[in-house]
Amino acid sequence: MLRYILIRALSLGLSLVVASWVIFAMIEVVPGDPASFMLGLNAQPDTVAALRAELGLNGSFLTRYLGWIGGMLSGDFGTSYTYRVAVSELVLERVQVSLPLALYALILSTLIAVPVGMIAASRRGGMADFGIMGATQLGVAVPNFWFAMLLVLVFAIQLRWFSAGGFPGWDAGLFAGFKALTLPAIALALPQASILARIMRSSLLETLHQDYIRTARAKGLSMGQATRRHALRNALIPVLTIIGLQFSFLLAGAIIIENVFFLPGLGRLIFQAITQRDLVVVESVVMLLVFAVILVTFLVDITYALVDPRLRRRA
Amino acid sequence: MISIRNLSLSIHGSQILRDVDLEIAPGQVVGLVGESGSGKSMTALALMDLLPRGAKVAGEMDIDGAPLPHGDDKAMCALRGNRMSMIFQEPMSALNPVKTIGEQVAETLIIHGQAARAGAMEIAAQKLTRVGLPQDKFPLDRYPHELSGGQRQRVCIALAVALHPDLLIADEPTTALDVTTQAQILDLLKELVAEAQMGLLLITHDLAVVAGMADHVAVMKSGEIVEQGPTEALFRGMAHPYTRALFNASKHHPERTDKVTDAPLLQVTEAVRDYALPRTSLFGPAPKFRAVGGVSFTLKKGESLGLVGESGCGKSTLTRAILGLEPLQGGEILLNGQPVTPKMAPKRRAGLQVVFQDPYGSFNPRWTVERLVAEPFHLTGRPDDWRNRVRAVLDDVGLDADTMHRYPHEFSGGQRQRIAIARALILEPELLVLDEAVSALDVSVRAQILDLLADLQARRGLAYLFISHDLGVVRGITDRVLVMRAGEIVEQGDTRDVFSAPQHPYTNSLIGAAPVIPSAWQEAQDGQFMV
Repeated sequence: MLRYILIRALSLGLSLVVASWVIFAMIEVVPGDPASFMLGLNAQPDTVAALRAELGLNGSFLTRYLGWIGGMLSGDFGTSYTYRVAVSELVLERVQVSLPLALYALILSTLIAVPVGMIAASRRGGMADFGIMGATQLGVAVPNFWFAMLLVLVFAIQLRWFSAGGFPGWDAGLFAGFKALTLPAIALALPQASILARIMRSSLLETLHQDYIRTARAKGLSMGQATRRHALRNALIPVLTIIGLQFSFLLAGAIIIENVFFLPGLGRLIFQAITQRDLVVVESVVMLLVFAVILVTFLVDITYALVDPRLRRRA
Repeated sequence: MISIRNLSLSIHGSQILRDVDLEIAPGQVVGLVGESGSGKSMTALALMDLLPRGAKVAGEMDIDGAPLPHGDDKAMCALRGNRMSMIFQEPMSALNPVKTIGEQVAETLIIHGQAARAGAMEIAAQKLTRVGLPQDKFPLDRYPHELSGGQRQRVCIALAVALHPDLLIADEPTTALDVTTQAQILDLLKELVAEAQMGLLLITHDLAVVAGMADHVAVMKSGEIVEQGPTEALFRGMAHPYTRALFNASKHHPERTDKVTDAPLLQVTEAVRDYALPRTSLFGPAPKFRAVGGVSFTLKKGESLGLVGESGCGKSTLTRAILGLEPLQGGEILLNGQPVTPKMAPKRRAGLQVVFQDPYGSFNPRWTVERLVAEPFHLTGRPDDWRNRVRAVLDDVGLDADTMHRYPHEFSGGQRQRIAIARALILEPELLVLDEAVSALDVSVRAQILDLLADLQARRGLAYLFISHDLGVVRGITDRVLVMRAGEIVEQGDTRDVFSAPQHPYTNSLIGAAPVIPSAWQEAQDGQFMV
């Protein structure tokens, strides 16, 4: 098991190094001068030169890369050109919204999807299965911002249970914070839950046809017991893969939902940085997101080994 | 006492079983034999009330005079694993891969409320020891993937008999196992039956297994029991023509004409095949496993050579090297004096074709027979008269030309194997490698395919390399035989000599482990089936 973790950790480190090359090269090496790109077409040559100096663009490729990496390792992500504050500060502020939102949505989606998928699988071909498959089909097809608008209309405008948007900050209290994130989390979770429920269903159906389920039944387990005690854990393996992928998406891909609910999240930060050509922010935030995605993959790999003993010895 | 009376079964309207009567007394072994699709397993599943959806059952099934509560799943759950248990054919997949063997045996006790977890684990340890998995070598926290097929079947037996059931149903319990493992598992079952006065319903396609195990035999055909009675009397009498046909087919030795020449066709010299094992350290070379260690033999033109051995002995590895699919790490393989390697010219591959065990798995299901059989032409270039050649070779293997435009799923197992043979023959190779080519077939179909192979050999002067774990088949179709064990050939010689007077103890144990029908029982039959 330890060997397995070590090897996974090594591959995590390697992926990060390769990702950093790609990101750095994309932004620094691709044709055009970053400083003039950031300043736009009508910039004065001396402004461009000043920015070049500020960004340290006059050094060699290698020194700039090492400077960038070294800075990030010591917590210095550079200074945003548009906001004139440290990128680390900007990111920290935004992560406080995006990370809880992503986790919230992920937990909701898993809590909905696993039982729903189980019900559909155990009633295969029945009315419940039919209804769930129809609902999840709809959930996959309908864009999440439409759900978001619907939720706002019903729960914020009609029922007035939640505010229509904005984030009060965690200083306003844990409850207020989570309350503000609830509608966005639901809007994010519904399409994800629909996909996950369908995968849960098909994975469980496949597992229920395995020989060891027949053995369990011949032992005297009821169908429900056999499902819970033998099928579930085996069926969760493909579901875990999807959960990992979904988390990565939720972390940065919530941009539309953040816009609908006026949430100061990472998605909006990167979107604004791109429109304002703030390459310092783009570079660092993308690297951070890559790190998060690779870390989640690593955690999913470790979970695989916890679920499936056959993986523990192999590496 | 378990009794089944007038059991009929239909699934989605098609009749599967018709008026089945069967009784299994305590301590009695009842053998249920028949070919695939005859309804043997369905009889067992009907008894356990584990039939697939859409099944309609009629008839009476009693346990000690009380009707089985079929349809009431709660009551049946209380009986299953407790008073009646079942083990299955595929030990490799019959256990949950993510639970330890201890947990899986203990579960039987826990689920029936016979013990709490700690106590159940203790009993599980005793049961596993009883079935031949002592705690010092196979502790409770082992996972199924750490055990061999035979050991897994022992775990299945342990969890099935943990609560001393009145009836154990064993559905082809040894079909997936090697002969020596099969003998051990059958012995174990026999002991358990005697020890616990348990009834055993042994389902198998193998008459010889039944002859050695059962007190009472029922022969099943197309959902009906055509004949049943005490084992010895049934074998001596063979009153029903189907029983006799089944028996004859299982003993079938095709008539062969000897066309062996002295010219060597395939020469294997000191062949070595290593596999890399998973690395134990991050740096340094990966450890190696020697699957084939210095094998040498010669196959002459027109000769039929058998290669026997148990699973894991290296025969499949050797076969892949002979087919030129994998490189050797030492030695060489020559076909007609030309080296066989993965990089050899496609044309040279035409001289050497193969037929595998599972014909369905080796066909692209979306291709017609015509396209399937013509596929090897990509090695040599497709001749203008390729359609006629396909037609001719299909005719050679006993298939009509109108099969050309049909798809693999439209054929039976035996017909598919004929298509596979046609595909192998279309380039007129000199050597045909038959890798367990008849192992998945029912005895009667197997007899026909063996006849076809003998006939093709006589007409075309083909050489066969016949790889099988089934000694009876090898005995019937080969001139010479190689016995392989742990990557080495331990014995080789004329088939007749090796079987009648084996020199190596391993060959001896292989022959000894193969179940046989006592020869005294066969005397009543026509002498022509005596071997």
